[in-house]
Amino acid sequence: MSTFAELLLNGISMGSVYALIALGFVVIFRATEVVNFAHASLLLAGGYVTATLHEDIGFWPALLVGIAGAAVVGAAVDLLVMRRYRGSDHSVLAIVTIGVDILLTTELTRRIGTDVLALGDPWGDAVLTLGPISLAHTRIAAFVAAGLLITVFLLAFRYTSWGVAMRAAAESAETAALMGVRLGRVSLGAWAVAGGLAAVAALFLTVFPTPGLERATSLAALKAFPAAILGGLDSTTGALVGGLLVGVTESLATGYQSELTFLGRGLGDLAPYLVMTVILLIRPAGLFGTKELARV
Amino acid sequence: MGGSGLAVRDLSVGYGPVRALRRVSLEVPEGAVVTVLGGNGAGKSTLLRAVCRTLSFHGGAVTGGTVSLDGRRVDTLAPDRVVAAGISQIPEGRRVFSRMTVADNLRAGALGATGGRADRAAALRRVHELFPVLADRAQQRAGLLSGGEQQMLAVGRALMAAPRMLLLDEPSLGLAPLMAQRIAETVREINAQGTSILLVEQNAALALRLASRAYVLEVGEVTLSGPADELAASDEVRRRYLGVVDEDAAADAERAGAAHPVLTRWKG
Repeated sequence: MSTFAELLLNGISMGSVYALIALGFVVIFRATEVVNFAHASLLLAGGYVTATLHEDIGFWPALLVGIAGAAVVGAAVDLLVMRRYRGSDHSVLAIVTIGVDILLTTELTRRIGTDVLALGDPWGDAVLTLGPISLAHTRIAAFVAAGLLITVFLLAFRYTSWGVAMRAAAESAETAALMGVRLGRVSLGAWAVAGGLAAVAALFLTVFPTPGLERATSLAALKAFPAAILGGLDSTTGALVGGLLVGVTESLATGYQSELTFLGRGLGDLAPYLVMTVILLIRPAGLFGTKELARV
Repeated sequence: MGGSGLAVRDLSVGYGPVRALRRVSLEVPEGAVVTVLGGNGAGKSTLLRAVCRTLSFHGGAVTGGTVSLDGRRVDTLAPDRVVAAGISQIPEGRRVFSRMTVADNLRAGALGATGGRADRAAALRRVHELFPVLADRAQQRAGLLSGGEQQMLAVGRALMAAPRMLLLDEPSLGLAPLMAQRIAETVREINAQGTSILLVEQNAALALRLASRAYVLEVGEVTLSGPADELAASDEVRRRYLGVVDEDAAADAERAGAAHPVLTRWKG
């Protein structure tokens, strides 16, 4: 039972990190209707900046610079690349983001090489023991930080003018333009926010028990993709639920792998995609994705 | 140029190779209600898109001519600057943000306004006075309102920017006659409060009652213009847009019918 509780808590913690990444997907999708395949490289960029700076300026400043850096990279992608294709078909734009991802990831992996970079986080490998359950401090920090950021984000999305502009643009870009919404700003903001969230996620994907930032970190980020899709690509609630679902599934599948040996190894990596497939078979728009709500 | 109000001069618009408007000129003097009549595809919506600079969403572009408000060119501005200049549009088909609440729809309408918090509050009060139902349903999703209520919301949303010039694209479309009448009264009231109005309509009878001046747009060109009551009395407008058939026209139609063989169901 205690194993189960441990796995569950770890899963929730990882899930909240996936939710951060998935939220980035959703924000960009809602603002621009583009599926952003370059998200993993934004994450890698944020992590890389933090990793290279933390020894010189300390962890917290480095993290802030990393967040800002990823936000700037995101904004730059929108400004320098996506804007030139504005008006093109959304699937064309999605393919453009694949190109951006390849470029960014290639450059970053060249810089990282075969190293495993530490991000210099203050939690180290400390473990909190509560009765039979032990939990790494990093996992608690991940949950708290992700929860906090997501709350702030959702409140802003719901109540600020930025949020109203974003939702209006998501529903109909042309009508939003008629209201005086600056669409360029909306999409720039979305890319920057997504980048910033990804940088925070990068931190928690690379802390203990993971060895550190390496080339493969961007692969871990891809697990947030099924999270965003199974939640419904245009739903912020969906991103949260999807993230948690993927985190818990992955954690449980990995934890109980020894009892599921007939399925072979590596079930933990596969499980999120299985869940996604099953959910999409039942609900093609995802758990919270929009089905047309309209009175005719 | 010069003069107050909206002035469109020799405006030409194309969607790729397709010419949608050809040297269209019209004026909406300050404080006036002016209507543009025309059938489907005459270029009415294109005209409004050109004024609000949203042609690019439909792959169109202005190929010539100018649009100015109070003598100031607005045809080179970005859409948000047009709103800031005082021009708001209620697009065809209402286009409320159906997944957002009524209150958020109204907030969205104020995003392009130049005034401060107090101005927004005043605009909201005015909208709630005009349409009390929008206050009652503030927290309801706009997609669940009836067609008439959605049209009220669309009008209210446009008023949130406190425009000096309001463009309406077929506000009576798809509404029951009573509701269309209600919207017409509101338009008159908004005008009485000092907003100039450019009304694009297929419902010519309604539009000609509201407007002081009217233009008839056909295949991208202004073919008729004049004071609304004169146009309402003219035979051509009566025949083509008001559904009034005088005896000559009826006789014409009969002759035309007789000249062609009547088609019967094919039995082979």
